[in-house]
Amino acid sequence: MTALTAPPSRRAAAADPALPVRRRGRSGGPRRGGRLTYAVLTAAVLVSAFPFYWTIVAASRSNADLAKAPPSLLPGPNLMHNLRQVLEEADIGKALLNSLIVSGSITVGTVLCSTLAGFAFAKLRFRGRGLLLTLTVSTMMIPPQLAVIPLFMLIARLHWVNQLQAVVLPGLVSAFGVFFMRQVLVQSLPDELIEAARVDGASTARIFRSVVLPIARPGMAVLGLLTFMTAWNDFFWPVVALSSQEPTVQVALRQLGGGYVHDQSVIMAGTLLGTLPVLLVFGLLGRQIVGGIMQGAVKG
Amino acid sequence: MTRPAPATAAAGTGTGPPPAARRVRRSLAPYAYVAPFFTLFAAFGLFPLLYTAFVSLHRVELQTPGVMEWRGLDNYTALFSDSYFWTALRNTFTIGVLSTVPQLAMALGLAHLLNRRLRARTFFRTAVLLPYATSVAAATLVFAQLFGRDFGIVNQLLALAGIGPVDWQTGTVASQLAVSSIVVWRWTGYNALIYLAGMQSIPSELYEAAELDGASGWRQFVHVTLPGLRPTIVFTTVVSTIGATQLFGEPLLFEGSVSGGISHQYQTLGLYLYEQGWGFFHLGRAAAIAWVMFLLILILVGANAFLVRSRSRKEAVR
Repeated sequence: MTALTAPPSRRAAAADPALPVRRRGRSGGPRRGGRLTYAVLTAAVLVSAFPFYWTIVAASRSNADLAKAPPSLLPGPNLMHNLRQVLEEADIGKALLNSLIVSGSITVGTVLCSTLAGFAFAKLRFRGRGLLLTLTVSTMMIPPQLAVIPLFMLIARLHWVNQLQAVVLPGLVSAFGVFFMRQVLVQSLPDELIEAARVDGASTARIFRSVVLPIARPGMAVLGLLTFMTAWNDFFWPVVALSSQEPTVQVALRQLGGGYVHDQSVIMAGTLLGTLPVLLVFGLLGRQIVGGIMQGAVKG
Repeated sequence: MTRPAPATAAAGTGTGPPPAARRVRRSLAPYAYVAPFFTLFAAFGLFPLLYTAFVSLHRVELQTPGVMEWRGLDNYTALFSDSYFWTALRNTFTIGVLSTVPQLAMALGLAHLLNRRLRARTFFRTAVLLPYATSVAAATLVFAQLFGRDFGIVNQLLALAGIGPVDWQTGTVASQLAVSSIVVWRWTGYNALIYLAGMQSIPSELYEAAELDGASGWRQFVHVTLPGLRPTIVFTTVVSTIGATQLFGEPLLFEGSVSGGISHQYQTLGLYLYEQGWGFFHLGRAAAIAWVMFLLILILVGANAFLVRSRSRKEAVR
């Protein structure tokens, strides 16, 4: 699902989740959460987390343990064995490395292209600006899956099937990124700053380097995070463009689920390995990711 | 195609070219900034999208993607006479409803609770977003196990309540419910955060006024929160609908087969496209399916806009 887009509403209200919610005086909301609120939220957290916990349990058990009633709900002793097995059978090591290369390149490239174009759309005047922006935004909603067949014919002609650039290059096209960076710069970069630099005789390139980049950096970081997670988790196109010879993590998981490994606990060990890197990013920067999603939602 | 003007290098430094040359350079510079994006966009975004329609009028085999043989509307007539196409269309619709409606309703409730004054606010927000961090593939592999017929946790829990065992793979309704639950699990928290952001931008004066009028919490939710969230709700509905139309990874990996179950009971259009293109090697046919999906999305988004407009008109009359 390519849902990293922003709603068309134009309300730039206080939505920085890092800031405390505005106190609305004594009489008004937000109400304090009662016991029921905490109970329901805790239940939601448990439901969110259980599949992760189960992955760990299943990955550390044997297949025989998993075919038992009642099920064993605690981690077992087989984790290392299963991990070794899946590294051998599905080449998850190579897949992890490939995913890192692919997602890293997509992230760097997307953030760069988006910042450049976002700056032009936010602050520069040129013929065709409105048209190009409309074109970009209107394709934001169109699922990339619909373009998959000609794209495949294209990379087949270029002899790129099974090569990582087949996934990287199309991955750089992010209408959302351009739109996101445009919003960031419209809001955080005052026109006077650019005019002042112009008066001082700075060229556009100079302005981009010394004025725009420093101000855009926090937005670029958030876009980078979201892009990395989306690229890491992307499924359809990598499955089409790559194979088990040169897999990303998702392609390797598809092979695992495709039935040639029958050991459920080994499959879960592979799932664990494939999910761990994003979970790590999420654990370290979850707050920023939450902020980015809420920002993207309101800034539109 | 919309490739913008030549990418004159943006390397203007401060040292003095004559003013006229400088003006020209300044008026061309913006194109250099949008050029990298639009070059890629034209080659890997717009061109393939439009070309899909053209490919769908040809016979193209997966092994020889360079050879195109004109067939007119044959791919479409073949499509419409294939009963599996209609099954996939129906499944896409029912799975779409089963996954989108509960997802958005629960997200709305969750956002309402997250909007209260809470201890550990950041923790709760981050924790409900956790499923969003997983991939379709990982989530589906885990859920496929949880929904196992003989030893899956879901059935063992249901057995405690005296229900089951449910065959989550073979039954049409059961398998579609199981596939939908993966979508619901992954996206509810994400949508809750979007709603939360929308709720926080509703002016607090509105709540204060409602409070003065003696409106209860529920009435405040119905008469202040929901109308304030209208644009956000429309947005999430559109995005989820589009997502549901192209559902692919969940039905593919639920049992690992491209047919979406023995009797295609949960094969979606996305999976049907993949089966035709990469299972049966008919790229032209697959392109026709892609184009049908595109039209379907246009219709659904259009219907959505129409519903919203007629509703707000009705309210204006009231």
